Amino acid sequence: MAGSIALRHTAELTAQPRATTESGIVRWLLISVALAFLVIFLFVPLVAVFAQGLQKGVTAYFDALRQPDALAAIRLTLLTAAIAVPLNLIFGVAAAWAITKFEFVGKSLLITLIDIPFAVSPVISGLIFVLLFGLQGWLGPWLDSHDIKIIFAVPGIILATIFITFPFVARELIPLMQAQGTEEEQAALVLGASGWQTFFRVTLPNIKWGLLYGVILCNARAMGEFGAVSVVSGHIRGQTNTMPLYVEILYNEYSFAAAFAVASLLALLALVTLAAKSIVEWKTQQQLLTDERVAVKESL
Amino acid sequence: MILKQRSILPGFGLAMGFTLLYLSLIVLVPIAALFLRTTSLSWGEFWTIVTAPRVLASYQLSFGASFVAALVNAVFGLLIAWVLVRYSFPGKRIIDALVDLPFALPTAVAGISLTSIFVKTGWLGKYLEPWGIQVAFTSLGVIVALVFIGLPFVVRTIQPVLEDLDEELEEAAASLGANRWQTFSRVLLPPLLPALLTGFALAFARALGEYGSVVFISGNMPMRTEIVPLLIITKLEQYEYASATAIAVVMLVASFILMLVINLLQRWSSSRHLATV
Repeated sequence: MAGSIALRHTAELTAQPRATTESGIVRWLLISVALAFLVIFLFVPLVAVFAQGLQKGVTAYFDALRQPDALAAIRLTLLTAAIAVPLNLIFGVAAAWAITKFEFVGKSLLITLIDIPFAVSPVISGLIFVLLFGLQGWLGPWLDSHDIKIIFAVPGIILATIFITFPFVARELIPLMQAQGTEEEQAALVLGASGWQTFFRVTLPNIKWGLLYGVILCNARAMGEFGAVSVVSGHIRGQTNTMPLYVEILYNEYSFAAAFAVASLLALLALVTLAAKSIVEWKTQQQLLTDERVAVKESL
Repeated sequence: MILKQRSILPGFGLAMGFTLLYLSLIVLVPIAALFLRTTSLSWGEFWTIVTAPRVLASYQLSFGASFVAALVNAVFGLLIAWVLVRYSFPGKRIIDALVDLPFALPTAVAGISLTSIFVKTGWLGKYLEPWGIQVAFTSLGVIVALVFIGLPFVVRTIQPVLEDLDEELEEAAASLGANRWQTFSRVLLPPLLPALLTGFALAFARALGEYGSVVFISGNMPMRTEIVPLLIITKLEQYEYASATAIAVVMLVASFILMLVINLLQRWSSSRHLATV
């Protein structure tokens, strides 16, 4: 989950000694209850998205996706993610570098400030940008006189998305880089590397899986954000609707099959995100194991 | 007082400068705008807005439903984490990956999906209807949606702690004559408590601000099933910026307090965790 990369070792407990496990019936019962809960709350909603999307047949499904408004929504979603994710990536790396490789006063405060978007409700996240850039906002009159539209236009959507997905990369990198320490970078500098060489050749390879993990989470959230974008977008069809907003419009118009068709694309994105997440976690564990083996060999 | 230790590593100025600039522009200035906007109201006006019956009803729903949902997630999350860590069964790895689905799925998609399942004619709703249980368009529906949203928080917080628990403690308890329930409640549960509370708080905080997955299933009836985020949006659409801001500030303060509590809980949990490892 957001936090550190899962450093959990999947301990496959085979042949449990009888003293430290429950009787077979209890185990069976617990597994059944857990699975029933997960089926109701995870599987059924997931399957429902696809089933409802295909309710009117496959042709209707693809027709819904080919609508110009749908395509515009898909384009806007992709554009938003394409801007928000790289920006937050650069920020995450910069913040993690400053926080983990140096000692200074106010570090915890900075980390807490970075976490603010996580604590704030999405609707409030949208609200603050309306207060800043809306017609009645601080900068409203100035923007209006220069004919710059931010709220109820694409820039507002991008800004709100950047705010919402702000901490993801930083939060992944900070624990990771903190655990890695500064020894390797210092060694590189002593051997004559410049700052940028050190970063690209020493730091970056070490953090690549954490970085990828953060980017994956950031992207999933950027594409799926609903509340904040709903506030700033103005819901103008064909122009300021992202995919989640478009789903809402279709649903409120009772075009259920079409709404679920578009929603199924987002659900597919979620499944791809989960798969990518699992792969990155597996790769991280592998890297940890190889690192341990190398460390053991060197200590012999 | 030394503000920063000397270091041979380069790039502090650049990294820190960019970080602070970006942070201020994207986060701090907008948040400040919110608080400053409320200062345009007097205390009396602020109080009147925040204690209006409709607003109070929405606070009650948001806080109440979030609390119940987080509680449900605490219980079942512990169970699911236990089952995933301790037992093996077919499909376990897929289920383990799927636990993160609420975290990856866009909230609007979750919202319409849950609604379609729990309406009277829905896949699950039609089984509950003969019993007189209505889920969609009631506060029960809100709770269901919030349970979905908070599910991964408890599971993912407890899993690492559960995995690192020392088997020796359990074996010692068993050899001293404890049955499984006693071992669980007296030996295993205490070290898990910080993580459990952290997960609960995280699920609660997330549920509090949730909009997308709730707004479809709740029915949005004022005074009955209107959550705070929706109320804020309604006020915004009516251009009552001052009301929206006042209501939002209360939520924001509550969120910040929660954030503080979660930080403290996480620190307590990690100090316990490191002590037992």
